[in-house]
Amino acid sequence: MDENIALIIEWVLKAVILAFGLITGFAYTTYYERKLLARIQIRIGPNRAGPFGLLQPAADGIKLFFKEELIPAQAYKFIFVIAPILTMVPALVILAVIPWGESFELFGRQIALSMADINVGVLYILSVASISVYGIVLAGWSSNNKYAMMGGLRSTAQMISYELALGLSFVGPLMLAGSMSMLDIVRAQQETAWYIFYQPLGALIFYIAMLAEVNRAPFDMPEAEQELAAGFHTEYSGMKFALFTMGEYVKMIAVSVIFSTLFLGGFDGPAIDRFVLLGPLYLVLKVAACLFVMIWVRATLPRLRYDRLMAFGWKLLLPAALFNIFITAVLILLFDLG
Amino acid sequence: MTNPETTEMKITFDELKHLVSDRALEGETLLLNMGPQHPSTHGVLRLLLELDGEEVINCIPDIGFLHTGIEKNMESKTYQKAEVMTDRLDYLNTMGNNLAYCLAVEKLVDLDVPERAQTIRVLMTELQRIASHLVWLGTSALDLAAMSVFLYCFREREQILDILEMCSGQRMMTTYFRPGGLWRDLPVEFEAAVREFLKTFPARIDQYESLLTNNPVFLDRTKNIGVMSSDQGFSWGITGPSLRATGVDYDIRKVSPYSGYQHYEFDIPTAAEGDAYARYVVRVEEMRQSLRIVRQALDNLPDGPVRSNNRKFVPPPRSELGTSMEAVIHHFKLWTEGFSAPKASLYLPVESPRGELGIFLEGDGSPKPYRVHWRTPSFVNLQALPFLSKGHFVADLVAIIGSIDIILGDIDR
Repeated sequence: MDENIALIIEWVLKAVILAFGLITGFAYTTYYERKLLARIQIRIGPNRAGPFGLLQPAADGIKLFFKEELIPAQAYKFIFVIAPILTMVPALVILAVIPWGESFELFGRQIALSMADINVGVLYILSVASISVYGIVLAGWSSNNKYAMMGGLRSTAQMISYELALGLSFVGPLMLAGSMSMLDIVRAQQETAWYIFYQPLGALIFYIAMLAEVNRAPFDMPEAEQELAAGFHTEYSGMKFALFTMGEYVKMIAVSVIFSTLFLGGFDGPAIDRFVLLGPLYLVLKVAACLFVMIWVRATLPRLRYDRLMAFGWKLLLPAALFNIFITAVLILLFDLG
Repeated sequence: MTNPETTEMKITFDELKHLVSDRALEGETLLLNMGPQHPSTHGVLRLLLELDGEEVINCIPDIGFLHTGIEKNMESKTYQKAEVMTDRLDYLNTMGNNLAYCLAVEKLVDLDVPERAQTIRVLMTELQRIASHLVWLGTSALDLAAMSVFLYCFREREQILDILEMCSGQRMMTTYFRPGGLWRDLPVEFEAAVREFLKTFPARIDQYESLLTNNPVFLDRTKNIGVMSSDQGFSWGITGPSLRATGVDYDIRKVSPYSGYQHYEFDIPTAAEGDAYARYVVRVEEMRQSLRIVRQALDNLPDGPVRSNNRKFVPPPRSELGTSMEAVIHHFKLWTEGFSAPKASLYLPVESPRGELGIFLEGDGSPKPYRVHWRTPSFVNLQALPFLSKGHFVADLVAIIGSIDIILGDIDR
């Protein structure tokens, strides 16, 4: 009985820490992005609220919280309300399977630094990540707005074209590690080397596909501001709008975490054997590096046209991902890597 | 007070039906209102789009949301006072508009302009052309979501606006050229500021080009988008970079030089393809050519007065007012009644950053123009939008609007 209570307390605590960490992470990712973009674009960026503008995310949050929630008269209200939640929640729960370090001992209990180490972690990620696109499609449809509708349709087109390549680029690390558990994949990388060195092509495909997954530039067609006003969230305001933004940024963090775990050694780093709690720190640093590249790409590249993304996904990414799997398989057989 | 017979303008559905295809009337295609409040219609252009999926079947521009009655306003002001209205036409090319107006007035009343004023006019107009192209480059890149280029362009535009402010006291609404010369001579800091700009700017153009010219995504978004043939260009009256991008080297600065453009060495950049990318290439090269003209003008800036000495049209300098009775009389006459133009009319074109900017000016012997009409390049070039965008995607439509470089103040006047 005591054991069960302790387990529940442990899980609840971990879930609360993770959720709060992600929400704070979301707030400061927006700050990070704005500051970095400003630097790239010879601007200063937010610097009024608090020291170095550090309170800007809080100010934005409070502002959105007090905004009027508008629901268009012609909107399909139930779906209109549920769509932001559908986008936000999957982004949060993806991270449950990510290991933040090896387990450590606290009060005589082994505490694992992950919510759940399930043996189909990779499949879990793939399936959960795909849910959030429903939020976008439904938001576009239920707004009963032509621009929003087009944004929603675009995200459908986008989803079917990158999802396959994204799934296939998972396969390389899986074959090398011989397991679908994220913890095993990280351990395998600790024994050999980070998989980005074994799988440069796979890592590249994954990175491109994940930009499309989170609707980031140059694949941000569903909300293409210059074409569709604000795309699928044209009619949203207040906290519902904030939820979409939150969903986008939390998902940015989530895919960066997955990329770091699969290709950059996850929580691996110097002296990780002696200090287990350095794991989360290393992972956060790697995520920051991934986010940096995302923001850099956004500052540099124009937006692709959505039909070009489809062609790119089907005609280039998919064959390249298949080719990558083939090469990996051959190399594993030849050098007995697996 | 008379009660004018109010003729309400009624437009029936049958009159508008021909604008869209029959499929739209059956509800098979989507009719979408784009603008006047839309991020990439460059102001307040309204487009009625007929879409099949994302493909544009018909694009119907609707203008008039920025109409300020500039032409009519000019007719109720004296020749000197009407000039401030020209700043508000194409607000990115204020010096060019001032130039067209001053040239027309000078021709109408037969007024001479000193050599130094002419050179400064060319110099300022070319700086303004660069500034205008910078705004175009920045905003049209922003339409394709290349957001950093926008801010880089505005950094350099800021330098030019500082120079304009230094000379005229205003960053945008300059009114620096006056019939018979300039408002005043250049300030002493001017030369250093322009030299600094001449030094930094060539490397900056290379910087923009390194971000866009060979960028595969940018090429993908602009090549073969909105292709115009030179025949189409001629038949719709397209001028400026949009026409030169179809391979026609028509530039009024070369064809019928004004303000001494014949003395400067510069090339007319052209491109053959006529697509959005060709228009980009032409405009970027035009910035380099304008820079050449600026450099030549600055190197060969003659000394001398900047205003004509003809006191019937140009107010006397302030210093004379205390000593000369004649000067006081001229001053009083010019600033109360103004000068009169003969009963004659003329059309005078200049090359604005967007194409042929023409002014039709008719005098009736009074101090106010009888008729002013502007042939503005944006208005004419906008006509190309429906046939350029047909069959393209909405995303390309945005690129095409950007590439023909319209200014709504120039369209609704």
